[in-house]
Amino acid sequence: MDSVIHFASLSFFAAGSFFVLTGALGLLRFPDFYTRMHASGITDTMGADLILIGMILQSGGDWQVIVKLGFIMFFMMFTSPVSTHSIAHAAWVGGLNPLIGPELTHEDIAPDRDDETQGEGV
Amino acid sequence: MVKFLMNVAGRYVALAAGLMFLWLLMSGFFHESTLLLFGVTSALLCAWLTLHMGILDEDSVPLGLLPGIFLYWLWLVIEIGKANFIVAWQVWSPKMSLSPRMIRVKAKQRSDTGIATFANSITLTPGTVSVEVLKDDILIHALTDGLADVAAIEDMGDKVCRVERGAKNPKKTGATSTHNHVDGGKT
Repeated sequence: MDSVIHFASLSFFAAGSFFVLTGALGLLRFPDFYTRMHASGITDTMGADLILIGMILQSGGDWQVIVKLGFIMFFMMFTSPVSTHSIAHAAWVGGLNPLIGPELTHEDIAPDRDDETQGEGV
Repeated sequence: MVKFLMNVAGRYVALAAGLMFLWLLMSGFFHESTLLLFGVTSALLCAWLTLHMGILDEDSVPLGLLPGIFLYWLWLVIEIGKANFIVAWQVWSPKMSLSPRMIRVKAKQRSDTGIATFANSITLTPGTVSVEVLKDDILIHALTDGLADVAAIEDMGDKVCRVERGAKNPKKTGATSTHNHVDGGKT
């Protein structure tokens, strides 16, 4: 039984590492700032969560460790999208234009830097 | 149980009980009466400070979301898993077929907490990032045409609306923006 759990946790670690690697590779391969954010999102969600599940399986039934790892997972679910959104919003308000369409053309759609209408966000 | 506590003594008791439960879970002291007393005191002090600072409201202690939010999270985790595989496939395929787009999705949620939940869910799903959150719509950067699915994202928004329906205030009077799909226009 122990060896089964051990093997399962190793599988979760391997899968999580694969997704962290995927996020890093995407960060290098994707063409511009906005698309690279999507790659880092893989590391935040799938990579971190699979590694945390592997850690829970390694805990050996200590409920306090399981609860604390669960809390880490819970808070990751709230903090990582907020940080991603604030970086994206800063780039957008700062006037960085995304690449658009299958041809990845530059289009001037981001607001100008001193646009007075900014700041009405909730 | 939570609804009952809310009707009897409001958010104050619910917050204090939640903090005490959190303290018990994190410390693991169930039999040390002195330490338990300290835990109860600190939980009550924190709840009182929250009340005293005037930040004890629907957004800091969103009890209205409570029964439905767990089912929503379960659904969200599955969606995140599916979207992860789509983006990971794009990363590893030798010839990437990206077509990034900016789309605008209506946010019909009533409370700030509801809109924040919706925007966070969009960002958590790889392939879509909420770039700008306004009062009744959200600007989204999507990685491919398949991920820029306005209907699916608005379906997610409707689920958030259903979760927050339990709260008291009437629904926000409809979103007035007629353009839910800008592909190049200035905001």
